[in-house]
Amino acid sequence: MSPSTRITRFAARDPGVGARLSGFMGHLRENGFRLGVAETDTALQALAHIHGIDPQEVRLALKAVCAGSEQEVGAFDDLFDSFWMNHGRVRQKAVSTTASAEAQHSRSTREDATRSTGGAGRQHAPDDPGEGDSASEGTGKLVASRIRQMMKKDLREMVSPQDIRAAEVIARRLGTAMRDRRSRRRKAARKGATIDFRRTIRASIATGGDPIRLARKNRPDRPVRIALLCDVSGSMLPYARPFLAFVAGLMRADPATDAYLFHTRLVRITEALRDDDPLRALNRITLLADGFGGGSRIGDNLDHFARTYARRFVDGRTVVVILSDGYDSDAPELTGQALSRLRRRGCRIVWLNPLKGWDGYEPVARGMAAALPHLDLFAAANTLESLAALETELAKL
Amino acid sequence: MQDWKTLQTALSDHGYVASPDLAMALHIAGTLGRPLLLEGAAGVGKTEVARTLATMLDTELIRLQCYEGLDAAQAIYEWNYQRQLLAIRASAEDGHTGQEVEQRIFSEDFLLERPLLRAIRRPIPPVLLIDEIDRADEEFEAYLLEILADFQITVPELGTITAISRPHVILTANGTRDLSDALRRRCIYAYVEYPDRETELAILAKRCPEIEPTLAGQIVGFVQALRREDLEKVPGVAEMLDFAAALAGLGINDLSQDPETLQATLVTLLKTAADRSAVPMEVTARLAGRVA
Repeated sequence: MSPSTRITRFAARDPGVGARLSGFMGHLRENGFRLGVAETDTALQALAHIHGIDPQEVRLALKAVCAGSEQEVGAFDDLFDSFWMNHGRVRQKAVSTTASAEAQHSRSTREDATRSTGGAGRQHAPDDPGEGDSASEGTGKLVASRIRQMMKKDLREMVSPQDIRAAEVIARRLGTAMRDRRSRRRKAARKGATIDFRRTIRASIATGGDPIRLARKNRPDRPVRIALLCDVSGSMLPYARPFLAFVAGLMRADPATDAYLFHTRLVRITEALRDDDPLRALNRITLLADGFGGGSRIGDNLDHFARTYARRFVDGRTVVVILSDGYDSDAPELTGQALSRLRRRGCRIVWLNPLKGWDGYEPVARGMAAALPHLDLFAAANTLESLAALETELAKL
Repeated sequence: MQDWKTLQTALSDHGYVASPDLAMALHIAGTLGRPLLLEGAAGVGKTEVARTLATMLDTELIRLQCYEGLDAAQAIYEWNYQRQLLAIRASAEDGHTGQEVEQRIFSEDFLLERPLLRAIRRPIPPVLLIDEIDRADEEFEAYLLEILADFQITVPELGTITAISRPHVILTANGTRDLSDALRRRCIYAYVEYPDRETELAILAKRCPEIEPTLAGQIVGFVQALRREDLEKVPGVAEMLDFAAALAGLGINDLSQDPETLQATLVTLLKTAADRSAVPMEVTARLAGRVA
């Protein structure tokens, strides 16, 4: 089949390249790309500088403009094909109504990018007017179709907004406890180790060039970042409530926190938790955490974390907190190896085990025993109160 | 208007083999005057892009290496404090007023240009390489965004300095930290992968033309197989070139010819103790045997 016969034909009423391109942008947005009007504009400008009739060139050019991360680069080709190359079928309307409705949710360049949530997340608002099932699957249609419906449990039944608020207070305290003093950027301070030349020189003009009053600068305290890995396998279900509230609370106390759930696989829930509405955030996590309450593969998941996400999000200023009982269906050696790999990134590792709270508990689970030598802190936590009690211990890290 | 294919050929003439994705991204970034963000594993040749582009355009390469704690004094400008002190003393003895002194010591003469300021004050647009932006902290990223948006820098004592020419900005990142969306969106993006066999062969032929095709094929095959092993630090293109140079220097014509020397030359490819022990002689021999 020659390329030209594969190209999508557009209904005649769609006027020109601008409308089709904004249709394509809408299509990308539906699939989780974060694009605003500014990108459409850039894309149009870019097309003016290439041979717009060559599909390969258009593909490369749009990829350079629209994709913004490794994952998006990977997904782009399929999305491009599904929009522009759908074998000569007529696309009814390039600018679909859902796309334009979503466009309002997506961010413009001028907004503060790191704080607000993505367009896709908004659709989970309980009061959202019915947009139809296909549009309400969050991460996008391609992804959503792949989500397996295993033992899905609704997290909203387990965690109440009051829990999250209580957890937020505790999380804030714990975050303060874990501050360290290793910032390398210096700021003006009344008492400091080094001289602030800029201000000293300024002041010395008044005294004829003799720097009599020395202005100083110091390294300010800087909070550590926290990466949370929460085990939600079957054996952990009784503790899911305080732990998930804690995760959500920590996230709200400090948006730089990174959060993951794991059972048989590892899921990053940071983006979902950034939702302003805590209940909606839990709703989004429920969608992500299929297989919730199933078996647990701690070693494998930790290893996956150490190899992928940790490279991007874990550094010497991170505390990795693992919430798990250590009952693992993987070989215990794997847990040890994964933790030692993780440690090499310079982070500190805290393992909070709900079972340790029981009288006479010994870390007999073999995975737990293999993990112990790599931990900076191994402590008990099975309620929000016991988490709060950790404040002094964490401050010593 | 320069075509992206012309650009690709021109880059290749200057010794850089670019993938279509990368060439197109460079072309668009160049024509639209946008910064280009390159991501990819260490050693895939991200920094080299900037270097080649500078040689190709026959312009200066200004490099800003980012690190944690990088601040305005190192990235943008700094006052020359020693000279300021001397000048104040000298003018105090000459009986100048405070205002005169202040005007003098906060003038261009006392300003030390750092990479970002230098880049916008060149008459010919230079290539500005901001290397490993993810190592700098987020505060600096925000500042950088401001400069990349309107190419002007405000020095409180001097006023606003506007760009004389717009530099070609290339940012590189290898995933130490997640970059902000705002920065990603301001830039044209390309993800640089490890080169495939053909590309890597082309790179080797460009850089080390003295190596004969059979050995070149073996070297590339060997390195590519090594990348699939479970390693901590995967050897990049630069390592591959070192490896090739080492083999050529030792006068080896065939990888399977001398296993012990081959094992010894692995120092150019494997840079950690764990990786060294992960690839013992037998593994090397197996990999070398497969490509021979």
